[in-house]
Amino acid sequence: MSPLTPTDSNVLTVSHLNVYAGDHHILRDINLEIPSNRITVLLGPSGCGKTTLLKCMNKLTDLYKELKVSGNIYIGNDDILNTTHNIPAIRQKMGLLSQRPYPLPVSIYKNVAYGLKIKGIRDRKLIDFSVEKHLREVGLWDEVKNRLNAPATSLSIGQQQRLCLARGLAVKPAIILADEPTSALDPISSKIIEHLFREMKRHYTIVLVTHVLRQAIRLADHVIFMCDGRIVEQGSPSDLFSHPQSDELRAYLIDGN
Amino acid sequence: MRRIKIIEEKIFVFLSAFMTYSLILVLMFIIGVVFVKGFNALNPDMILKTPRGGYYYGGEGGVLNAIAGSLYIAVGATLIAIFIGLPAALYINVQLIRHRKTQNTIRYFLDALWGIPSIVYGAFGFTLMLFFGMNASLLAGIITVALLISPIMVRTFDEVLSTIPRGLYEASLALGSTRTETAFKVIFRQGFPGFITAVLLSFGRGIGDAASVLFTAGYTDNVPVNLDEPAATLPLAIFFQLGSPIPEVRERAFASAVILTLIILLLSFSARFMAKKYSRTNLR
Repeated sequence: MSPLTPTDSNVLTVSHLNVYAGDHHILRDINLEIPSNRITVLLGPSGCGKTTLLKCMNKLTDLYKELKVSGNIYIGNDDILNTTHNIPAIRQKMGLLSQRPYPLPVSIYKNVAYGLKIKGIRDRKLIDFSVEKHLREVGLWDEVKNRLNAPATSLSIGQQQRLCLARGLAVKPAIILADEPTSALDPISSKIIEHLFREMKRHYTIVLVTHVLRQAIRLADHVIFMCDGRIVEQGSPSDLFSHPQSDELRAYLIDGN
Repeated sequence: MRRIKIIEEKIFVFLSAFMTYSLILVLMFIIGVVFVKGFNALNPDMILKTPRGGYYYGGEGGVLNAIAGSLYIAVGATLIAIFIGLPAALYINVQLIRHRKTQNTIRYFLDALWGIPSIVYGAFGFTLMLFFGMNASLLAGIITVALLISPIMVRTFDEVLSTIPRGLYEASLALGSTRTETAFKVIFRQGFPGFITAVLLSFGRGIGDAASVLFTAGYTDNVPVNLDEPAATLPLAIFFQLGSPIPEVRERAFASAVILTLIILLLSFSARFMAKKYSRTNLR
């Protein structure tokens, strides 16, 4: 197979990515392309390496010394995996939504303003505008507009997760990396997040990790099914779910339903 | 069978409640005894005046020298310990986040330092003082007490930081902050209530310790105005007065103990108040 090269319609290209933790081979020769303005779902059983793959994409694997990462990840023509140059700027291209919300220990307002201030924006009006815009974008504005200075932790978990999304959007990322973002949420909050994702793909590229098959069916434009650190199958959801080629996916579809 | 379980449960609930409340009772008892014994000697002079001639034989005066000396030493040492402790704890938890073995080795050494008796710090500080040709002074006392409480400061800061969830680091980094920005804007904020507790703990240890200042700070009847002057401390003031054959002077020892206890209690309450105020925004 020839090495993958980035194209216009692909925002992010992973090529020959291998991750080891000691003797354990967590990701085995991963090659994939993330199409722009689509929801790409990384699907697979727990412990198959989905989260590790996601963390490679914004270099959070740097935090774990035990992980040995090799291969390339391209955004445009830049190999972001093998650079130590301006890592914060690379991370700002991607918003991260984790399994449970981690609001910063400050007010609601400051949570959204944080990324802007990090970028060096000091203009109060611009920050006010941006905070409102992104809180509206996640449908939180009407719920919090009268208590912007309240601690972010005073919100419900579902609201906190939307706040974290707004906070990520404020730094103007191109890609949203979502790591099972609804797994700690109640069904209604989960629905709101899913709805937001469908809306947001007009402006953003979304990579969603999930082990919930129904969620994958509801949201995916492109599915990457992983098992045991490998990509077993990938393709459009209709193809993949109606005509699974591999035993692993067949077994997963039966158990997952 | 069922009856046995109920009895078992009752016995253990009783035992644990008994132990808890007896500790509180012991605390009350200690404070009570010190208050009762020192009550007669408690007067404004005690905190407003330095010892006059013949004070140690029952003459006029107070322990202002020791109050001021103790506060100077404890505040100075705490400030130094914060400047040592905060960067060290942040380094262990933020920069060394990928080096678990190094983290644990450093923690082991700090715990060992924490365990060293304060008289050993006193002897070490004394040696250091002689080496640099200094006299027993406020500065030597501050440095010795700072050495004594720094491991406590680092380790309590460290404990606070290590309870901060990794997801919060990741969230902050993912927003494009550097490690330093993450440390100061997010982690410090989240840990603030814990830091106050750490500072209080260290301050309490510093102000109450007698052995480390015995040789290094010396003793004087004056309030020190320069760093190279000797300084009196409350624990030593208690020690000297308690050793007196004169009952009035021994009474003053207890009055001094009351003053020391009150200083610590006051600090404890205000620290709690502040910690509560700042933990409002914290992630739990």
